Formats: sequence, C-alpha cells, structure tokens
Amino acid sequence: MNDFIAARSQMALSLGFHIVFSCIGMVMPFFMAVAHFYWLRTNDVVYRNITKAWSKGVAIFFATGAVSGTVLSFELGLLWPEFMKHAGPIFGMPFSLEGTAFFIEAIALGFFLYGWGRFNRWFHWFTGVVVGVSGLVSGILVVAANAWMNSPAGFDYVNGQYLNIDPIKAMFNDAWFSQALHMCIAAFVATGFAVAGIHALMILKKKNVRFHTQSFRIAAVFACVAALLQPLSGDISAKDVAKRQPAKLAAMEAHFHTEAAAPLILGGIPDTDAKEVKYAVKLPGMLSFMVHSNFQTPVNGLDKIPEQDQPPIAITHYAFQVMVGLGMLMLLISFFYFIAIWKKREWMQQKWFLRAFVLATPMGFIAVEAGWTVTEVGRQPWIINGIMRTADAVTPMPGIAYSFYIFTAVYISLSLIVTFLLYRQIKMVGKLYDVSPSV
Amino acid sequence: MIYVVIAYLWAAILLYILLGGADFGAGIIELFTSAKNKQYTRTTMYQAIGPVWEANHMWLIIAIVVLFVGFPQIYTTVSTHLHIPLVIMLFGIIARGTAFTFRNYDAVVDSMQKVYNRIFVYSSFVTPFFLGVIAASAVSGRIDTGAPDFLSAYVFSWLNWFSVTVGFFTVAICGYLAAIFIIGETKDDTSRIRFIRKAKQMNVAAVIFGGLVFVAANAEGIPLDKWLFDNVVGVVALVAALLSLMVLWYLLLSKGKVYIIRVLAGFQVTMILLAITLRHYPNIVILKGGKYLSLMEHAGQEKTIYSLAMALLLGSILILPALFYLIYSFQKDKGHWEH
Repeated sequence: MNDFIAARSQMALSLGFHIVFSCIGMVMPFFMAVAHFYWLRTNDVVYRNITKAWSKGVAIFFATGAVSGTVLSFELGLLWPEFMKHAGPIFGMPFSLEGTAFFIEAIALGFFLYGWGRFNRWFHWFTGVVVGVSGLVSGILVVAANAWMNSPAGFDYVNGQYLNIDPIKAMFNDAWFSQALHMCIAAFVATGFAVAGIHALMILKKKNVRFHTQSFRIAAVFACVAALLQPLSGDISAKDVAKRQPAKLAAMEAHFHTEAAAPLILGGIPDTDAKEVKYAVKLPGMLSFMVHSNFQTPVNGLDKIPEQDQPPIAITHYAFQVMVGLGMLMLLISFFYFIAIWKKREWMQQKWFLRAFVLATPMGFIAVEAGWTVTEVGRQPWIINGIMRTADAVTPMPGIAYSFYIFTAVYISLSLIVTFLLYRQIKMVGKLYDVSPSV
Repeated sequence: MIYVVIAYLWAAILLYILLGGADFGAGIIELFTSAKNKQYTRTTMYQAIGPVWEANHMWLIIAIVVLFVGFPQIYTTVSTHLHIPLVIMLFGIIARGTAFTFRNYDAVVDSMQKVYNRIFVYSSFVTPFFLGVIAASAVSGRIDTGAPDFLSAYVFSWLNWFSVTVGFFTVAICGYLAAIFIIGETKDDTSRIRFIRKAKQMNVAAVIFGGLVFVAANAEGIPLDKWLFDNVVGVVALVAALLSLMVLWYLLLSKGKVYIIRVLAGFQVTMILLAITLRHYPNIVILKGGKYLSLMEHAGQEKTIYSLAMALLLGSILILPALFYLIYSFQKDKGHWEH
C-alpha cells in the first residue's frame, strides 16, 4: 500500500468511525429530552428509567466521539500538512466556533449526567437540551468546514497564492447549507432507526415491554419524520452538486455521456473502459428532470471532464446507489409507521411491523457512511475542489501504511468494546433501569 | 488582535497542563498506589474528576485549533516532524478517555474492570510523557526541515535525552498536581495523610527529573540554563516558584489550608511555564540551525487573526460562566451525586 492511499484510507477510517459517534451524540440528547420531559410532566417512572438508561449509552458514545474527534483535529496536520498550511487560516472559522460549541456540550453533559437530584428539575432538563443543541451546532460547523472543501470560497487564488482571506465568507460557502441540512437530517434518521430497531427487538423478545415500547415510540417518531424530510433535502443537495461539482454528480450517476433527456441510472455496474453502465435500470429523462426540473435539458456527463480530474466512478456510483436505496427503504417504513399511528393502531404490536424496524437498525448508518463516501470520493482528485489536489497535500513522511494498520486495529477494537458495552447495557435494563417491569 | 490570540493560546496550554495534567495525574497516582489501596484511590479520584474530566481536555482542542487556524505553518511543521510522538500521544488519549468512561459506565461490574483499569493507568502515564516529549522537542532545535533521511527527519527530531527527561518531568508534575488536588477531596485523616505522602513523593520526583532535565540539556548542547537564568523574568519566576514550594511544604507538614496548597501548586507550574515560554517569545518552535518559527512572523493574515480572536472572546463569554458554575456545583458538596 503506498503512502498516499494509506493516508487517504486512514483519514476515511477515522472519519467513518467518528461520524457514527457524532451522529449519536447529536441526536440522542433530543430523545432523552423528550423522555425526560414526559417524566417531569407525568411522573411516570418508566420515562425516568428510559432517560437514565439512554444517558449511560450516551456517555459511552460521547466519550468515544470526543476522543476520536480530538484525533481528527491532529490528523488533519499529521496526514495533510500541505492542505492545512493553506486551508487552516481560510476554513478555520467554523472550527474555532466548534471548539466553543463542543466545550459547552461537554460542560452541559457534566451537569446532565451527574445532576440527578442536585438541581432544580427543569434546570437539569434544560442542561440536557443544551447538550443536544450544542452538539447539533458542532455538527453543522464541522460540515460547513467540509463544505468549503467542496465549494471553496472566501479567498482569491492568484498564482498559487491564497490572498484576501475572508474566513466568514469561507464559512458561509455555497455548499454549507445543503450539506449541513442533509447531514443533520441523516443523523436523526440513522440514530432514530438504530435506536428504534434495538428497542423493537427487545419488544419482540418480550423483555420489559412497556419500557421498550415507550423508548421505541420516541425514537421511531424522530426517525420517521426525518426519513420523510430527507428526500427533499437530498433533492436540494443533488441540484446543488450538479451546479457546483458536475464531475461528482456525473460519477454519482455514472453518467458518462452528455445528453439531452438524460436517464436516471439505477444500480448497474459501471464499465469505465467502455464508458457504459451494464445491467442498469434506466429511467429516461429523469436525471434531466431531477437536476434541471425539465425532462429535456441536457446534463453534463463525464465526457466533459478531463480524465485526470475525474473521481473514481464505480465507488462513487455504488455508494450513491446504496445511500439512495436505503433511504427509500426507510421512507417506506416511515409510511407504514404513520399509517399505524393514524389508522391502524393494532400494527404497533404486530410482529411483521416490529421486524421491519429491527431489519432497519443498521440501514441509517450504512446510508450515512455511503453518503460520506459519495461526498469525499466524489470530490477526488481534489482536496480543495479545483484548487489543490489531494496527492499534493499528503505528508512527506513515509511509512503511513503502518500507521494506518495500527489505527485500523485500534478502531476495530474500540468498535467491538463499544458494541459489547451496549449489549451489556441492554441486557441489564431489567436489573438496573426498569426494576419492576410492567409486562 | 494577535496578542489576544497569543494570550488565549498560552492560557489554553496553561489550563491544559493544570486541569488536564491533574486529570492525567489521577491515573499516574493510581499506577503508583499499592494494590490494597487502589480501589479507595480510584473511588476518591472518580468522585473528584467524574463531572469535569471531559471539560479538562477541551483545552487541548482549543490550543490545537488556535494553532492550525492562526499559525498554520507552526502547526504543520510540528505535526510533520513530530508525527510519531503525536500519534503515540493520540493513542494514549483514545485509550485513556475510553477506558475511564467504560469502567464507570459498564453495566456489569466484572473482570473487565481490570482491563479498563490497566489501560487507564498506563495511558495516563504514556500520554503526558509524550506531551512533554513533544513540547521539549519543539524547542530543542532538533527539528530539521531539510533532513535527508527518515531517521533524522522523523525520529531524532524528538528522540533525545532532553525530550525524554522532560517527558518524565511532565509525568511527575501531573502526579504532583493530582495528589495536591486530591488532598482536599478526602473525607478522613488516614487517606488525607496518604495523599499528602503521595504529593511529597511526586514533588520529590518532579525536582529530581527537573534536575535531570538540566543535565540532559547540558549533555545535548541545549542552553537551557541560559534561557532560564539570563533574564530577569525567568529568574524571578523560578525564585517565586521555589519560595512557594517551600511554603507549600511547610503547609503540607503543618496541615494547612487545602485551597492555599492548591493555589501554590498551580502557581509553581504557572511560573515554570512562564519562565520557559517568555524567554523565546514570540519564537514558539526552534528548528535545527538556529531558525525559528515565530508567533508574529508566521501568523495568518489579518482577517483570519481578527475573526479567530472574536471567536475566542465570544467563546469565553459562553464557556467560562458555565464552566465555573459546573466546578462550583460539584465542589460545593462533593461526592454526593447520584448518576
């Protein structure tokens, strides 16, 4: 493995690991706030138990997310010094604000986790909400920094020099809103389905049924509302990408040839030599419609992009298909959920219904990972779109492959331990959190 | 505005040494506690740092963000040439943060606790050790940006006696800070006496390693004594540190007020940092061949520094009151929270 590929793999691994924990850290506080609110309003002890049980999980995920985030702030310089030397002063604004948001999140978490019975009940509840809000703000800021790499702004690039830097303009680059919106909703979808799925499984197993049912409902509502909104945000993102990064859009769709009434390609195997997609379902005119809201307008294909500026087509295309496909599946489940709420209450207890949610447990997070693959691999070969190539940014230090192997081992072990701890938390619900189960 | 940014950078480093350092020290003390007292030490430590440990480590993030936004060339030079110790330190941070949380949040208390404990104590040692190595290497003049081969570019930039002794010195300082802090957290006389003894031991260790740092600097040809003693501020700071240390020993022996002891220990560390940093200011990194990376010359463009300063000021308005209230709340009636 050469150093450049190793550095990219290590970065991908670190981000792919961190993103799971940050999504959970962003979203779970809102679930807890709802459960906590019910407890304070109804005095129904099951809601207190749910809040406490979730908060233990959150503490574990938050700590893991915090350390993996610390690692990332160093890895930017360890792996991409040439990039950071120029980009740091330009896109650093969201990071400096994120420092504040993250700090407040840590402080509020201290209050929330250790504050049971010590403070005014509503102040304690409020600190939990602050954890969620500052987590969400952190997420938006970090995504805004990433958006800058896709849509560089706030400087003039003259003869290899980065002049007239304006960090505020850089932060509010063209891509920040669409990317941040898509990521935030994705966090709710992914965390919501994961949590709902786990509780659905416990209901099926007839363990602490009331505890798990109430937990399931809180998570599922968030998940399903978010899953309904996500296609809208996806549409905004796709139109935005088509405008700013035609190469990325073309790779996502494996759209080799510029043509009028461009078809939307579903699935298939892109053949980069023959410049065609085999075994795909093609919906004529749909891509033109999605990008330009007109079935006839031509969509630029990869043929308009010089070969050395094209992203890896197959990976981007597959990742995009996976993300959209899973998104559609979760959308379908959401429809069923809302039908169940409004028309068919009895579905809520039925096995097929709960099983669908169990099946969907990992879908949101797989979609999140796939989505990040689309946005990161789809930007290649650039680290700053159109300005600096990733290959020119990498550290001169040799032997990064070894570093990548060790990081892989560390992150795999951590994932295993966190899974193990989560399993134990769930197993112990009946003993620790829901002592008198009302089965 | 550049001075605001530099002040924040210095304050973040100082607070990380004091608060993060005491936090690392908790693990170091646990490592050097006899097996039969370990559980007690652990519980006392947890009661003391549980709610604030996460916040203690935020100072590192603040410092690193200030560096990469405001002083990108300093950040990238250091992270390129000190890649290896930085990565080891990062593994330490990962291991320590997760092990600490896992041992407190594992729903089942069983033999896994031993694994968490072991990881926690060793990483509490390794992380500040390498932090010390990195800090020492930054000023040791061994970073060679034009090095021809792997070893001189990426290994000998940090592997030398000076850096190693500073690493041990940092560990001892962390243990010392933690022991001083914990004295005030104990509830009975036996344990109080035990932690006073620990504080003395750690202090003696710090003094010994401090001496070795000078020996090593001398052997490596690093003019440490000149840096510290050829200017008034350095001498005054070190004399102040020494005097306060004598007062502190007197108070330890006579069982004086806990918070005065804490303030004195914090004061000593502040003075040491002041003495080291002021002499070079604004040159934060010394490269091979007498070249410098300077906070003034290698700062980002004006607008960057301005918005960074604004972000820091805004951040402090939000963070500091909340942080003080957090610390105050859990110090008020310590050790009685339910979670």
